Amino acid sequence: MLRRVLVLGLVLGVSCALLIPMAGAAAKPIKIGFIAPLTGPAAANAKDMVDALHMAIEDVGGKVAGRPLQVIVEDDATKPAQGLAKARKLVTEDGIQILSGVMLGSVNGAVAPYVNEKKIPFLTMAASPSDITFKKDTAYMLRPISSGIQVMHPFGEWAYKNLGVKRVVLMGLDYSFGYENLQAFHRTFEEAGGKVIQQIWTPVNALDFAPYLAQVNKDADAICALYWGSFSLRFTKQFEEAGLKGKMKVLGGPTFTDEHVLRDMGDEALDIITANSWSAALDTPAAKKFVQEYRKRRGLVPSFYSEMVYSAMRWLFEGIRAVNGNVEDSEKFLAAIKRTKITNAPRGPIALDAYSNAIHNIYVRKVERVGGELQNTVIATIPNVSQFWTYNPDQFIAEPSYSRDYPPCKNCQ
Amino acid sequence: MAAGMPRGTRGILLGMAAVLAMALGAPFLSEYLLESLAQALIWGIAAMSLDLLLGYAGLPSLGHATYMGVSAYAAAVVMTRFHGGFFGALGVAVLLSAVVAALFGLLALRAKGHYFLLITMALAMVVWGLAYRWVSLTNGDNGIVDIPRPQLGAAWSLGPILHFYYFTLLCFLIALALMLFFVRSPFGLTLVGIRESESRMRALGYNTWLHKYLAFIVAGVFSGVSGVLWATYNGFVSPMDVDVFGSLEALLMVALGGPGTLVGACIGSAVLVVLKNVVSIYFQRWMTIMGIIFILTVYYAPDGILGYFRRPSARPETM
Repeated sequence: MLRRVLVLGLVLGVSCALLIPMAGAAAKPIKIGFIAPLTGPAAANAKDMVDALHMAIEDVGGKVAGRPLQVIVEDDATKPAQGLAKARKLVTEDGIQILSGVMLGSVNGAVAPYVNEKKIPFLTMAASPSDITFKKDTAYMLRPISSGIQVMHPFGEWAYKNLGVKRVVLMGLDYSFGYENLQAFHRTFEEAGGKVIQQIWTPVNALDFAPYLAQVNKDADAICALYWGSFSLRFTKQFEEAGLKGKMKVLGGPTFTDEHVLRDMGDEALDIITANSWSAALDTPAAKKFVQEYRKRRGLVPSFYSEMVYSAMRWLFEGIRAVNGNVEDSEKFLAAIKRTKITNAPRGPIALDAYSNAIHNIYVRKVERVGGELQNTVIATIPNVSQFWTYNPDQFIAEPSYSRDYPPCKNCQ
Repeated sequence: MAAGMPRGTRGILLGMAAVLAMALGAPFLSEYLLESLAQALIWGIAAMSLDLLLGYAGLPSLGHATYMGVSAYAAAVVMTRFHGGFFGALGVAVLLSAVVAALFGLLALRAKGHYFLLITMALAMVVWGLAYRWVSLTNGDNGIVDIPRPQLGAAWSLGPILHFYYFTLLCFLIALALMLFFVRSPFGLTLVGIRESESRMRALGYNTWLHKYLAFIVAGVFSGVSGVLWATYNGFVSPMDVDVFGSLEALLMVALGGPGTLVGACIGSAVLVVLKNVVSIYFQRWMTIMGIIFILTVYYAPDGILGYFRRPSARPETM
């Protein structure tokens, strides 16, 4: 009889002890939807993004402001229609309060109006089109990363002033990401006094750059290239094979020697100078810690794609803390995120400008071999760059967007 | 009892039951399911129009996304740049796809079999290239966004998915009825004859080229209708809506469902949409599953799913 009472008492006691934390953990989770091109040519970049996303969640112990975080990752298969279908599913079926991801500009164009209509804050990872942050009907879309032009504006001016290059050939992918990056460079390079003497646009499905490289004007001091993924790999190899490597400096856009391809490059990548908001060789405590942790957990060096998501999530969590976890009041939450600033993201400080685009540092990097491994050594830092560079925002918005023919190539031979 | 009924009646009753279920059951379905059904219906119209060519006329076309894409872009431009209404856009778009089909048909029908396939694909790539490069008209790879959902009359906006679904269902039924009428007409039967043996039909005095050409244009027109619906459903158009992949998907829908049956194309469309939208949520390797389904179909049901259920050995012996 006594034994039974004791056992019953023990069971009751243990149950009560277990129930108490359960009552606390009944806080509703914050659901974050994340759309990425998991299948298709950008699958490797998407994997970097998703890995970094999970790492960011793990690093805060899976909760923020007392609420657990739930992440739902969906594949847009590199198609805008599918991205939109998944966005619909995330909003209507899963009840997400925040959307992020979306690497491709075309998918962004499809998804942004929808989440705007549904009043879901959307942290986009699409660098282009640059002008999507100017539009009114994307009030709920925030871009906590560089727009396509944001990196190349300062780089064009810096390259002229610091590298002694006066005549440059531009070569890049024949679509909006290529145009935006290279034409931004074109503008500031020429405004600083340089001349762009040739523009070569390679079709997105061109597998062989040899015929295009044969056209490169040998009078140039430098070539500025905009490629990513396997395009970068092929280009750098073929550039060297064409005997052009010693004849002119090689400059590039943010993705050209990004860590996601640098891993697979060899000596042909040495001395290439690029600009980006990140480098895995960035010599700050926050950056080094991030690289070390990422390497330990994923076995790879974090690329621009990894870092952009990781920092964006850290920055998002600050925003969630600012409203004490009340993300359901989306207007207040949106206003709070827009005011959020952080200073110790791996890439440095992050804040938003009045048009919901990031303001952060731009680093000029040079590919060097250190400790037997290739890295993007940071050789210059241009602090707190916005998407408008030194131009007046209203004036900039009123001008036509950069495209294949704008700015016009006045010095092209 | 069911075995004694003529096959046609059973088919009609099944069809009517399906339509009733789709109409009455809609308000109880989740939004995401309605979205997927709307997509299946839109692609169903496109797949059926391809079936007219592939299944009935025996012309395997890989250019079908072309007409869908041309009309989608036309509708997009009319609605966003010229602020035309939905029906105005529909008219312009369908007319344009008919014109394009008429032009391309002249080129494509000079070839037969595999070469026909190649030419339709080449013409599709021409349109894709234009969509990409004619930036002043098509906005290049960023596509045309902010296409509005039509307001039919004062009260009925097609914004909410339930309304849009009903509208699409209506369009689908009208298209299905017209296409059924078309294939059961003497013209349609002649097409089947041409598919079986063109030389014999010519020997019988039929102008086979004209029949094929007109079928090509009719298929293009129905494709055009689905293109306009696709553009308003998504609210945007991009060059990816015009690429060869879209044509390939339409072809796969017809092959999977059963060529030469019209309804088979709808089944194929439903299967593919479910794979893309629903299965892909649970399995990252949904494309592998799609591949496996196709391999199994080719091996065990070469006439497609509907063909499998209609094969002679499936029918019970009536004797």
